[in-house]
Amino acid sequence: MNGLATALFTLLRRDLILALRRRQDALVVLGFFVVVVSLFPLGVGPDPQLLRSMAPGVLWVSALLATMLSLERLFSDDFRDGSLEQILLAPQPLSLMVMSKILAHWLITGLPLVLISPLLGMQLNLDGTEILTLMAALLLGTPILSLVGAIGAALTLGLRGGGVLISLLILPLYVPALVLGAGAVDAVMYGSSAQAHLSLMAALLILTLLLAPWAIAAALRIMSD
Amino acid sequence: MAEQRVQWFKFASPPNFYDLAGRLAPWFGGLAAILFVVGLYVGFVLAPPDYQQGNSYRIMFIHVPTAWMSMFLYVLMAVYAAIGLIWRVKTAEVMAKAIAPTGALFTFLALWTGALWGKPTWGTYWVWDARLTSELILLFLYLGYMALHAAIEDRQRAANASAILALAGVVNVPIIYFSVVWWNTLHQGASITVTSAPTMETVMFSALMLMTFACWMYAIAVVLWRARLELLERERRAAWVLERMGEKA
Amino acid sequence: MIEFLAMGGHGPYVWGSYGVALVVLVAELVLLSRRRTAMNRRLARLARLNRENGAEPSPDS
Repeated sequence: MNGLATALFTLLRRDLILALRRRQDALVVLGFFVVVVSLFPLGVGPDPQLLRSMAPGVLWVSALLATMLSLERLFSDDFRDGSLEQILLAPQPLSLMVMSKILAHWLITGLPLVLISPLLGMQLNLDGTEILTLMAALLLGTPILSLVGAIGAALTLGLRGGGVLISLLILPLYVPALVLGAGAVDAVMYGSSAQAHLSLMAALLILTLLLAPWAIAAALRIMSD
Repeated sequence: MAEQRVQWFKFASPPNFYDLAGRLAPWFGGLAAILFVVGLYVGFVLAPPDYQQGNSYRIMFIHVPTAWMSMFLYVLMAVYAAIGLIWRVKTAEVMAKAIAPTGALFTFLALWTGALWGKPTWGTYWVWDARLTSELILLFLYLGYMALHAAIEDRQRAANASAILALAGVVNVPIIYFSVVWWNTLHQGASITVTSAPTMETVMFSALMLMTFACWMYAIAVVLWRARLELLERERRAAWVLERMGEKA
Repeated sequence: MIEFLAMGGHGPYVWGSYGVALVVLVAELVLLSRRRTAMNRRLARLARLNRENGAEPSPDS
């Protein structure tokens, strides 16, 4: 058991160190998120009321797209330099090793999105409670995006044009997270409670945590043999 | 019990499946043609106009069966994909791949006829109604499955990878459906339930059922036909293919 | 007959639905049958090569 924990922690630390060495990758994703959200007012006009009512959807769709952008490299770097093969051959269960990689991915790309979202929420005229709800929804939702996205990343491993293909495979599967996440902020905006949305999002996160690692592990085995 | 197992595997072996599908497909095709003709006759000649919607409700006889088929076929595709993935049954893999284009086609038809039905009923071609929205996402799921299958060159790997995607999709379909329904009720969109008319006359109901069976038979015939072609393509080096082609030449 | 085709003013919608359904289903059948013809030709050639040369047929011919 101890050996397993060590292996998972070592993998997590390795991924984080690699990400720190290549900081620009994570920053590009964050920058993309900020730029897309900032472009919306230029497209639809500066009317504060309109921007406010569009804000939940705009922020969530931008978060989906930003996550999409980061997925392609989730496994492909490891695939290219052979370390993925080492992970596959390791005695530890692959689905747990995969979880450790996804945790690293979320810490590098998902968490920054959550942390920067208040700033963008204020840009779009959201008020205090709405911003808090947005952060809570993103906190529960971005791990779902990483987990489901990893299925797509594993399935397109080593394919030409994999990045574009991932979006076609994965974006439809993001619909529940999008509906619940944007809906939570909407609910607060229209004066009701976001509790139902957030509970369902938490349930979805648990379900995804249970099922996705299995699918990712199976997909990695298929695509790397 | 052991004997039954042998029988099953015998049917699942590519040459036996190829021959059996070749014998069955024309029957299903013929049955589909007959059912389509009878269904259309009942739906257009025998069924009276609806007192509320006039004649536009007749679109239901094609819209509802195609929508049902699009969902059934996705589940069926996932079942075959799972059988192929778990038990390595080649014919099941081929069936899963053969179902996808027909499923996508029915999904497209459900959307198209839904839009044309929406115009006279709601006054607009497209509303973000829960059912139409879910159909649209289902179409994306089908397209993703086919795109992944096409993107991977190795046939075995393509079958396995897209099987994973089909399973991920089939787990998601009910979640997507309920989240879209929920989203729809919260936003108070158009939620006129046209398909669940409280008192559907028997003649309308029978037209609907006839058309549904016709679509089933059509789908079975086309899928078997396509599965045979897929099998030939995958097994073109196998002795049984050369044998059968040699006879024809 | 004209009355039947007009569908009480809803003709374009009703026939637009059924027409496109017919076109799409027939198109699927045509595409499949063309695919079968191409496949038969290819496999027949493979079989003939196989008989004439007695050698392993190239899978990509």
